[in-house]
Amino acid sequence: MINKIVQSLAEAVAGIKDGSTVLIGGFGSVGQPDALIEALIEQGAKDLTCVANNAGSGRTGLARLMELGRVRKIICSFPRSSGSVVFEELYKAGKIELEIVPQGTLAERLRAAGAGIPAFYTATAQGTLLARGKEEREFDGRLYILERALRADVALIEAWEADRWGNLTYRASGRNFNPVMAMAADLTIAQVQHIRELGEIDPERVITPGVYVQRVVRVDRGSPWV
Amino acid sequence: MPYSRSEMAARAAADIPEGWVVNLGIGMPTAIADHVPLEREVIFQSENGVIGMGPAPPPDRVDPWLINAGKQPVTLRPGGCYVHHADSFAMIRGGHIDLCVLGAFEVAENGDLANWATSENDTAPAVGGAMDLGAGAKRLWVLMEHTTKDGRPKLVPSCSYPLTALRAVRRVYTNLGVFDVVPGRGFVVVELAPGVSLEQAQAASAARLHTSA
Repeated sequence: MINKIVQSLAEAVAGIKDGSTVLIGGFGSVGQPDALIEALIEQGAKDLTCVANNAGSGRTGLARLMELGRVRKIICSFPRSSGSVVFEELYKAGKIELEIVPQGTLAERLRAAGAGIPAFYTATAQGTLLARGKEEREFDGRLYILERALRADVALIEAWEADRWGNLTYRASGRNFNPVMAMAADLTIAQVQHIRELGEIDPERVITPGVYVQRVVRVDRGSPWV
Repeated sequence: MPYSRSEMAARAAADIPEGWVVNLGIGMPTAIADHVPLEREVIFQSENGVIGMGPAPPPDRVDPWLINAGKQPVTLRPGGCYVHHADSFAMIRGGHIDLCVLGAFEVAENGDLANWATSENDTAPAVGGAMDLGAGAKRLWVLMEHTTKDGRPKLVPSCSYPLTALRAVRRVYTNLGVFDVVPGRGFVVVELAPGVSLEQAQAASAARLHTSA
């Protein structure tokens, strides 16, 4: 019997190694796997490269992980947002590396990694500072740059429902980066609000097939804060 | 009298026809949606995967799971749907968005856009989806004040700030008027705000303003 459901957050994040690249789902607070991030803080892995759209806010979650000195590098599209105080302090002090990636390129680099595509050409960022050092090539009269897939060791994601096979549904804009991150990691861990019996989730509603998911933990999180 | 911010948004909204798929940047451009009546069916796309956004909900009807790219609560219109980030940006990068409206630090007369970093040494610039939208939308408009707070022109011969997208901007809406970016020619005045003279608009611009005649 396949059963990806684990009983505790500690079990969910067990075995994440120092030096791992960790994808963290969410856009703002919506679809963000808060409980898994807290569990990772407890778990202790360090020297991490974290990939997320934003660089955390306030002093909890990803911001707390950074403040504790556990994040070597952050890869994101929008580090500076209201409340991104910890990131800004660390960055100014030279204590964290930053790789800025345009949001669509970030999503596509993850999707490509999940789909076995090592690199792709895109017009996004061509001719800008973010194209530095990247191969440029012309197709049909337009210039494109080469971007590499972004594969990770671990993905921490949030979903709405799951079954024991790891099939996932999402709620409204909580979907965001979660499905592409699920594809792009060796170990995908989903924090979900509802566990359903196998077969109970309408197959038409499954957005992330369990094939991409290794562990599921139920967390009664309630609604994200706005 | 130059346009107020609300009038600028209304002026841009007036030029959006029914049926277009439109992405509005965070900040001032977001307000454009408030000036498109619901019966003129425009599909607003938000890069966090919301297709067919409706107006902001009243405070007692907020769905915390439903936000726009500016992380404000929104609604979904009947006919709207959700996609994940890679699909949302496939829509943007694949040329399926009829119009994107962004804010800007500077727009150059060749259509170059600078709106993400204030210098090469910016302490943590934030690009978000601006480069994807700049390169991928079918047409790009800019909505911004004509000058900076301290009076520096934002319509320039060439951008001094790092670029977001090259030769991408087609039209600029400012508090002083509406200006097309015409390849090989530069900024062409479409109209000026009521009571604003060409001389005033030119004095507030570093690039030359052409008249259509």
